[in-house]
Amino acid sequence: MIEVKNIFKGFNGVEILKDVTFTFEAGKTNLIIGQSGSGKSVLTKCIVGLLDPDRGQVLYDGRDLAAMKAKEKKAIRTEIGMLFQGGALFDSMTVIENVEFPLQMFTKMKPNERRDRARFCLDRVNIKDKDGLYPAEISGGMQKRVAIARAIAMQPRYLFCDEPNSGLDPVTAIVIDNLIQEITQEFNITTVVITHDMNSVLEIGENIMFINKGENWWVGDRNSILKTENEEVNNFVYVSKFMSQFRDQI
Amino acid sequence: MLSACFSWPDKFSVFWNHVMKEMIRLGVKSLGIVILMSAFMGGVIVIQTNAAIDSPLIPAYTVGFTTRQSVILEFAPTIICLILAGIVGSSISSELGTMRITEQIDALDIMGVNSASFLILPKIIAAVIIFPILIMYSMATGLVGGWLACQSLDNISSQTYLMGLQWYWDPFYLQYALIKTAIFAFIITSVSACEGYHASGGTLEVGRSSTKAVIYSCMTILLTNYVITQLLLL
Repeated sequence: MIEVKNIFKGFNGVEILKDVTFTFEAGKTNLIIGQSGSGKSVLTKCIVGLLDPDRGQVLYDGRDLAAMKAKEKKAIRTEIGMLFQGGALFDSMTVIENVEFPLQMFTKMKPNERRDRARFCLDRVNIKDKDGLYPAEISGGMQKRVAIARAIAMQPRYLFCDEPNSGLDPVTAIVIDNLIQEITQEFNITTVVITHDMNSVLEIGENIMFINKGENWWVGDRNSILKTENEEVNNFVYVSKFMSQFRDQI
Repeated sequence: MLSACFSWPDKFSVFWNHVMKEMIRLGVKSLGIVILMSAFMGGVIVIQTNAAIDSPLIPAYTVGFTTRQSVILEFAPTIICLILAGIVGSSISSELGTMRITEQIDALDIMGVNSASFLILPKIIAAVIIFPILIMYSMATGLVGGWLACQSLDNISSQTYLMGLQWYWDPFYLQYALIKTAIFAFIITSVSACEGYHASGGTLEVGRSSTKAVIYSCMTILLTNYVITQLLLL
């Protein structure tokens, strides 16, 4: 479980995050949704420690990230897996080397043990016979799956996914969404997905925070988001013709 | 950034592996162009010096002497390093810049890897070790290139050229050149890495950071060259 308490963050006198409070629950896919520029990425960077909030706390199962010493922060980072928007696979490494990398850096596993673990993770995301290929030699969807395999290689307790299905076709996007949800439930991970894709929201949104103008505007799940009276949320959810027709039907 | 860069590596075996790979990438792969340029440079120095000396009072072995001094003191360490700043510097900057904009550096940071130390330090150490070796090859090839050029000249024999090469030789010249090279290697890798590491935006910015890396490296090399020469040779 990750608790975000009264987070404030600003740049050059402009407040980007204003008093954001939320609890990301373990074993669930927690979604941060909102329009571009609403503060989703800044909030995520504050949660993972890439940015220090001006005020407020981020608690990883009760452990305050800001109060930790460098060594403790480093230790908690090994419990975090992150899937970046573009995959962020290392270009100079092959698929298997990418997945092995965190194991090589932070464990005392022998090379054959590392390889076995990496193969297990790749199998889990349905990547087979691509070990020796470089990221540039596989498709975007495969890159995302390899990135998920790398993110789960260290058996993380917390998984962050930044727009996991951006740039993917709808079929592959659903595959990635479902994979994230399965892994979350299977390993009881606290998963945080940052997205503005309504398909993802309706597919895997078990615990949703809608962020608007840097504030926590609305909290709910994939069912309640369709019935909310909140105008800002409705403007976000029903902006497309398809969704507005869907609303008329329900 | 420098303090983060020079901190103890997260895992030494992985770090040393990187240093070796960088030595091959930055040094061994530049060897061909360095040898080619040095050979022609040595040849041209011999021909130009020979053409410039028309007084019978100046001995013929001056050509060998001038070639040695020019190649060892200036052309090999400074000019080759300026060329390496273009080749290696832009490569380092664009590599790190691309890693930055594709979030690969963020990925390292989130994993808990000290990205500055992991990515930059191996390049600096590799360059500081391998560049002086490259420059020694450059010196040797430059002098051999000069000797080959002598074969096409009527008034300088091989013996005269070799005598000129040995005339008033001070081993400190070699030390001076290698010290300079090691400092230039540090400048090229650190300036280029810094530019690339802090790149932001898109591919255009990566291109700009690469250009800036080469310009800043060259300017710093020229300035440092002047200061080192003042300090060591006067």
